[in-house]
Amino acid sequence: MKHLKPINRKASRIEAHLARDASGAAAAGEHQPEPHGSPGEEKDVVALGGILPEVPDFPHIPLGCSLVFFPGWEADETGGTAGLCQPVERDLFDCHLACFWPAHVPDQLNSSPDWTGKCAAAQKDWRKLDLIFP
Amino acid sequence: MSQMTLSRTHAAPLTPGEFHRFDAAGQPFVYLVPSAGVFRLDEASLAVLDALAEADMTAEQITAALQPRFAPGAVIDRIGELEGIRALGPAGESNGQVPDVLPPKGFPLTTMVLNVTSKCNLACTYCYEYGEDAIVEQSTKPRFMDDETARESVDFMFAQAGSNRVVHLTFFGGETLLNFKLLKGTTEYARRRAADCGKRVEFSLTTNATLLRPEIIDWIVENEVGVTISMDGPREVQDGLRVFRNGMGSYDVILPRIQELLRRHESRPIGARVTLTSRNLDVITIYRHLTEQIGFWEVGFAPVTTASCRDYAIEDAGFDRMLGQFNELAYEFLEHAATDRHHGFSNVKDTLEEIHKGVSKAYPCGAGLGLMGVATDGDVALCHRFAGSDEHKIGSVSAGIDVERQYEFLEKHHINEKTDCSKCWARPLCAGGCYHEAHTRYGDTAAANLHYCEWIRSWTHTCLEIYGELAERNPDFLAHFDA
Repeated sequence: MKHLKPINRKASRIEAHLARDASGAAAAGEHQPEPHGSPGEEKDVVALGGILPEVPDFPHIPLGCSLVFFPGWEADETGGTAGLCQPVERDLFDCHLACFWPAHVPDQLNSSPDWTGKCAAAQKDWRKLDLIFP
Repeated sequence: MSQMTLSRTHAAPLTPGEFHRFDAAGQPFVYLVPSAGVFRLDEASLAVLDALAEADMTAEQITAALQPRFAPGAVIDRIGELEGIRALGPAGESNGQVPDVLPPKGFPLTTMVLNVTSKCNLACTYCYEYGEDAIVEQSTKPRFMDDETARESVDFMFAQAGSNRVVHLTFFGGETLLNFKLLKGTTEYARRRAADCGKRVEFSLTTNATLLRPEIIDWIVENEVGVTISMDGPREVQDGLRVFRNGMGSYDVILPRIQELLRRHESRPIGARVTLTSRNLDVITIYRHLTEQIGFWEVGFAPVTTASCRDYAIEDAGFDRMLGQFNELAYEFLEHAATDRHHGFSNVKDTLEEIHKGVSKAYPCGAGLGLMGVATDGDVALCHRFAGSDEHKIGSVSAGIDVERQYEFLEKHHINEKTDCSKCWARPLCAGGCYHEAHTRYGDTAAANLHYCEWIRSWTHTCLEIYGELAERNPDFLAHFDA
């Protein structure tokens, strides 16, 4: 590390850890992980042992989401929701924040800017999302 | 293949990680969250973070934006280093919370606080033990601990200490010295047991100083007992809230006793512990009186723990006033530390030590883990403030710790369970604040102490500035914290 100076003890440990990682990778004969934006391989690609071709950006698809309405996501095999492969609450954030498929959630730009204020981690805190009555 | 892998192409946008920026001695620094590492930045790394503060950008966009000020190669170098310490990372990826891992079972006890009596000869208005916010039903518990319970407590302490070579036994009350006879017997027994176990035991006590008679001072000196005196300041302040039952102030009673203790007890530094209320917020006057006029080595200040409705509770304007004076004393501390001179403002010293070590807390304090409080009947609670409360009991000195109950508590109080803290940059040091304070304010030990968030962030920022400044001007001072 040449440009950042570790000041406290924890920073020194972080620096030592990074130096160990770098020397370990060098000793294993691998390419050193390069920073984002540099040409060449990325960390994850190195881990897979090969170079991936450039992949164009495309919409983020939430984990477990399907592009068509298969049972298993919206409804279980009996038509209910008790046996879903993912809990229904899971899509509250992933769908409305990142998915091209709009989820019906309050307008967080105008009328309900604090709707998610108490819900930092959807998996744990989804119960804190309140109903909004326009 | 995961989405994460796909997004990590070199054209992926970068976003700032979680950190708090501060400047000290004309240099830029970052305090990383949640690792609690402190790094000094150079000009180009600062420019990278400033660029990202505007909007997420790819590495190419950042290099383009920073030309011709910095060469593309220099910018790419900085991006690599900043990514290594997680001051930035790919947009859309989690920065990584503190893992939700509980401390190992059998966590060794470092400090045991023994509530030797629940009786007190003062009647301070704000007392959390007897005042309007008391949580322990005093009438159901013995008022004084007996010798047998004290000995059992000492045995319990050594059994729980595990691999710790040194254990700390703190005597507490009520007014601790009302049960002086027990202190004498217990310290002798603890020394014998320490020798048997091959450990060392250190003693300390907290007192209101009203009972510091010559024979008690003799015992304190002989046993090298650390003493903290609860005292609020000059006569008019002290006598406002720290009064006897008949309403008489305690200042004139305690002053000669404290002066005698300070004159004779030289082996351990003696500190004053001040409770701040809406009626006494003149921090600097109090500090000067206690250090310069009375001679305390250190003074620590704590805002009163109380429900918000009490008239002595500190409200927002009071917190601002208190913080302003804390800052003034903190910078005075800095000037002393920069030239290797002692300064007795212990609040800043404690925080600097935590910053230096890079403490990143899953819990606000050691209560229920390395620190436990024992009530007069031998029940073990999270800490001395809960000692005697059946609701917060986690065992007893005779039957040991109820591990299931202890871990239920630890699970519920982990920082990852405190949603309100999850986006706060000060959480590595604060972790939601005191359980007892939360219980008094919100009726729930697991609640985050939201009433002083702004104050904690502001105070932590000041301490970071002082830490950075000392790192530039007198790094040897910080090395003292390595001991």
